Amino acid sequence: MMDALQQFSAHYNYYITIFLMISGLFIVIARGNLIKKLIGLSLFQTSVYLLYLTPAKIVGGTAPIYDKNFTVYANPLPHVLMLTAIVVGVATLALGLALVVRIKEAYGTVEEDEIFTKDPESE
Amino acid sequence: MTEAPNAETFVISLLLTLLAGITLAIIRQRNMFGVVILSGIYSFLMASIMIALDAVDVAMTEASVGAGISTVILLATLYLTGSMEYPQRRSVIIPLCLSLAVGAILIWGTSGLPKFGVADAPIHKHVGPTYIQYSKDHKMPPNMVTAVLADFRGYDTLGETAVVFTAGIGVLLLLQGGWRVSSAGRKRDDEDDENEPSARSASDAANGGTSAGGTSA
Repeated sequence: MMDALQQFSAHYNYYITIFLMISGLFIVIARGNLIKKLIGLSLFQTSVYLLYLTPAKIVGGTAPIYDKNFTVYANPLPHVLMLTAIVVGVATLALGLALVVRIKEAYGTVEEDEIFTKDPESE
Repeated sequence: MTEAPNAETFVISLLLTLLAGITLAIIRQRNMFGVVILSGIYSFLMASIMIALDAVDVAMTEASVGAGISTVILLATLYLTGSMEYPQRRSVIIPLCLSLAVGAILIWGTSGLPKFGVADAPIHKHVGPTYIQYSKDHKMPPNMVTAVLADFRGYDTLGETAVVFTAGIGVLLLLQGGWRVSSAGRKRDDEDDENEPSARSASDAANGGTSAGGTSA
């Protein structure tokens, strides 16, 4: 029992990360609104930040900025990778939203089901 | 008690639990304006967690880009498309089962991962200590994230710039492209005229995102 509890608290960050991931997946599949789909996609992306930053942390350490009073630092490499990922994430979100605006102009709706019924090629 | 978490771990767990609550609210909320505001709250909470995880540079970027620019472009899109989410028409059973199955597989995969926050995890044995040692020897600037980004992983930023540039061109073409002329004849003219300046502002927001990203990275 104690072992299971210890295991659970030691991996709690990963469990939340996985919860965010499958929430994003669920929104992308289950919701028909295209804007909400994109928010689900960015939820999934954000969970990846957590997946990378969690193992970089050392409890009792400090941020990776050198100071002679500290000896233990978090690993800087995942931070660098996630800096890139955040900016790429917002770029893809902007492109997706621009596509949604175009779809709204062409079809008059952002609901996926209505777009399918209005699409002449699907008939 | 050996498994009693220290204050740092406790704060991180608390913030993560709040984040999970916000995520549930995002799933359940049907008003799109509410969803956008909740995603802004989500990003700020994520930035707080990043500070607690000692990733201060990432936290700054997430707070400015994730919570700022993303929320602005989402609101601009809501203005252009209308803010109601329609009632659910499709079944949620298959997506729920699929998500839970994926989640179960991933949780099974975490059983082999090292514990949170321990110093002897494999990730801290490879290049990480080298970077820290370089900083200690004053071969790199004191901020290791800046140093690694500029000195060791410059090609990442080059690729990132290429992605942001491509996305910026895509947004500009989509919102002010040539086929707007052909669609304007077919669609209601008044709505297109109304959309024109706000479409510009949306693309301006996207461009702001690229420049903010460039400075923060």
